[in-house]
Amino acid sequence: MRLARIETPVIDPIQETDTVQDYLAQQERKSFLRFLTCGSVDDGKSTLIGRLLSDTRQIFEDQIAALESDSRKHGTTGDDIDYALLVDGLEAEREQGITIDVAYRFFATAKRKFIVADTPGHEQYTRNMATGASTSDLAIVLVDARQGVLRQTRRHSIIASLLGIRHIVVAINKIDLVGFDQVVFDRISAEYAAFAGELGFRSTAFIPMSARYGDNVTKRSENTTWYSGPTLLDHLENVVVDDIETDKPFRFPVQYVNRPNLDFRGFAGTVASGSIRQGDAVVAAKSGKPSRIRRIVAQGGDLAEAVAGQAVTLVLEDEIEVSRGNILVTPDARPHVADQFAANIVWFDEKALLPGRTYILRTETDQVSATVTELKHKIDINDFGKEPARSLDMNEVAVCNLSTQAPLAFDSFTDNRTTGAFILIDRISNNTVGAGMIIHPLRRADNIHWQSLDIGKKARADLKNQKPAVLWFTGLSGSGKSTIANLLERKLHAAGRHTYVLDGDNIRHALNRDLGFTDQDRVENIRRVAEVAKLMADAGLIVIVSFISPFRAERQMARELMTKDEFVEVFVDTPLEECVRRDPKGLYARALAGQIQNFTGLDSPYEAPESAEIHLHTVGKTPEEMVDAIEDWLTNDEIAERQYDDGGGI
Amino acid sequence: MLARLSHLDRLEAEAVHIFREVAATFTKPVMLYSVGKDSAVLLHLAMKAFYPAKPPFPILHVDTTWKFREMIEFRDLMARKLGFDLLVHVNQDGVRDNINPFDHGSNTHTHVMKTLGLRQALDKYGFDAAFGGARRDEEKSRAKERIFSFRNAQHGWDPKNQRPEMWKIFNTRVNPGESIRVFPLSNWTELDIWQYILREDIPIVPLYFAKRRPVVEREGMLILRDDDRMKLRPGEVVENRLVRFRTLGCYPLTGAIDSDADTLEKIVGEMLTAKTSERQGRLIDRDEAGSMEKKKREGYF
Repeated sequence: MRLARIETPVIDPIQETDTVQDYLAQQERKSFLRFLTCGSVDDGKSTLIGRLLSDTRQIFEDQIAALESDSRKHGTTGDDIDYALLVDGLEAEREQGITIDVAYRFFATAKRKFIVADTPGHEQYTRNMATGASTSDLAIVLVDARQGVLRQTRRHSIIASLLGIRHIVVAINKIDLVGFDQVVFDRISAEYAAFAGELGFRSTAFIPMSARYGDNVTKRSENTTWYSGPTLLDHLENVVVDDIETDKPFRFPVQYVNRPNLDFRGFAGTVASGSIRQGDAVVAAKSGKPSRIRRIVAQGGDLAEAVAGQAVTLVLEDEIEVSRGNILVTPDARPHVADQFAANIVWFDEKALLPGRTYILRTETDQVSATVTELKHKIDINDFGKEPARSLDMNEVAVCNLSTQAPLAFDSFTDNRTTGAFILIDRISNNTVGAGMIIHPLRRADNIHWQSLDIGKKARADLKNQKPAVLWFTGLSGSGKSTIANLLERKLHAAGRHTYVLDGDNIRHALNRDLGFTDQDRVENIRRVAEVAKLMADAGLIVIVSFISPFRAERQMARELMTKDEFVEVFVDTPLEECVRRDPKGLYARALAGQIQNFTGLDSPYEAPESAEIHLHTVGKTPEEMVDAIEDWLTNDEIAERQYDDGGGI
Repeated sequence: MLARLSHLDRLEAEAVHIFREVAATFTKPVMLYSVGKDSAVLLHLAMKAFYPAKPPFPILHVDTTWKFREMIEFRDLMARKLGFDLLVHVNQDGVRDNINPFDHGSNTHTHVMKTLGLRQALDKYGFDAAFGGARRDEEKSRAKERIFSFRNAQHGWDPKNQRPEMWKIFNTRVNPGESIRVFPLSNWTELDIWQYILREDIPIVPLYFAKRRPVVEREGMLILRDDDRMKLRPGEVVENRLVRFRTLGCYPLTGAIDSDADTLEKIVGEMLTAKTSERQGRLIDRDEAGSMEKKKREGYF
């Protein structure tokens, strides 16, 4: 054990002469930097952080004892202390000797306080790297001197750039293993500089380093006399990263309306940028309604002013409509308000991003349903080339157009990291599946307005003496959807109901004839038919949709397009073996022979409904019995009988 | 020239933001209150976040029945003073089986009285978000945890599959039965906590201050004999020593340190020259390697 290496001088000591108050006052005056370490696997990220913590004396004696014993057990550095074990805190990480998730560590020097995010290098954990980068102002990109710039070096640099990081340290690590050779250092520096030229970094520092032995980490190395720049710690202490959020236009995303009684209505939130004083004019971004700041409320007494980063409660002079998700802004420089915009998206989920699928889009305080309407192009990690794409896989980056169900207030991400960012959430699993940085609003929607019509849905439905409904049949090919749908329509028709069957095959002959059977085309197929069903329900019809509709997310999307109680999901549940046996169109035979690709139930998934209103088990039953079961349900639910009782219009 | 926020101002704003985010997006939040210094800071921040209203959630103490008596007195005093809604839950199965740290060891005792007790309480009230005072600088597996940390319907944590957490945009969505543990103090260090207590003059349990107390030396730790449920072993003597606690838990599992720090300034001064971490005084973390991660996966805070 080379314990001696830990016994480096204390960097931020409390002096004998200091009083505790003096010391604490100094602590308060220190500046602050959040940074991350990133780069490819095994380039030494965790080791570097362990080294920084240890050399700045942030490690306690009991932790050193634990580190020594861990190093013997799990260490990958022979007899030396394995500093990576200070940060790789999960059992799986220690067993496998890799970093899986980001670890946050804290240290301070005489000048600055630091929060460092140690992020994983493996491509499969890119989302965890992005997590660490999203709150950082500087990235240390480690490069193994023996390997040079790798694919992950580029990927992490691009993601850091997209996420708004403007300061980079390229730590050319393991320089001891190339004999402290300046030629290697110069070559890698030039290679990185050439590639990063387009990434918009304001500062890029190249430092030759050995994280394991401490060269140029906190102490100048005698082995690299040819290097005249600062040590890593010098650089971290002195680099100027202030993005001066306070100089930008005032933005206050409303987080929470605080209304303990009728006399107090405060808007709580964190000032995203700029500053605000009592008496200043503001507008609510979405409505454009103006008011002034009456009070800036805080527990210890009202404040005269609040600046970027402060969490405060604002009281306005006027009772204007403001709720969570709106932004209070300066009237002089307003954000965009739009329901269509272009954005960079980083995708995190194993299930690819599919244009047309609805996700939940969340900004710091707003939430709305959103769809990627167009995947413009993917970004090639190696050369920034634009690649055409129809879907976006995990860890990929693309420029997309998005459309939201309601307008958002936002800035472009390059203008404001808080009001220009969003995440995408999967509607079924609730996982965070992507992160977005808004580029600009799309103007195409500006000139299209809703034309209001005098005859509404209720009037149309009343004339037909029925309540509109969308009966959505889902099930495998050959499960009996079309047969049952046809029979049901005949019975409803005979009873004087106004109906229409939207049949999957029929729609694909015309409206959807440009679509194939890939996942992204299936999503678009359902999106279009759901919109058509909605129009037909608005016309007062009882619509029977007979589509395989294999994905839960799109059936959920269709459900949410309709009004409450209007959508009835009918699961035509026939086991795959039975469908294969029936094979009414001979499709299974061809698919099993390899002549049809992307066949639902075989090589394309079918996600069965979890809580369909009507669940039909078809095996051993006749279509007539199935239709009776549906009619029973409809009668009990009174959909077919009850008068339409909602307001008119869409 | 606009004032730049100090380090503590930034930490305070971040925590206040997190409190409000939970209040705005969850249906039934609760704040876990363990009566220690971190809980004291948490409570102080919650009061600030919603001023002039009261925090719109109750405060829950999972009582293992082995807390220091002074902790319980302090808890009840604070509830009265600040007027919050205090829920106390005790695992009655554990009481029936007389689970205690002396006969069953720290592992079983903590699992039954704390982890299972907490799970019972969360299920009983159906809370969908629970604030805790954990900090990332405390322990290696905590350094890995998100601020909004997802728990499945069994309260389990899956450290290998955490939701990404971008910027200050928190994913607060859960399905029925699932919940989120929320850690407003994630980015605070022990020094920040003490500095903030000093700056804001936050009341804390007197056990943190040095005083002569009856302690027994056992297995290398100084244990305060808080009541006669602690039987003396042969050769053990109770001595009155000038001691204080750096961290507080169940009294038989929490070691005191020799100290004459009887003011906040002295405590901070002592901390600045400390050579060991605060969790060293906790017996439960030393039982086995990775023991905190294991407990967390089972639902411990």
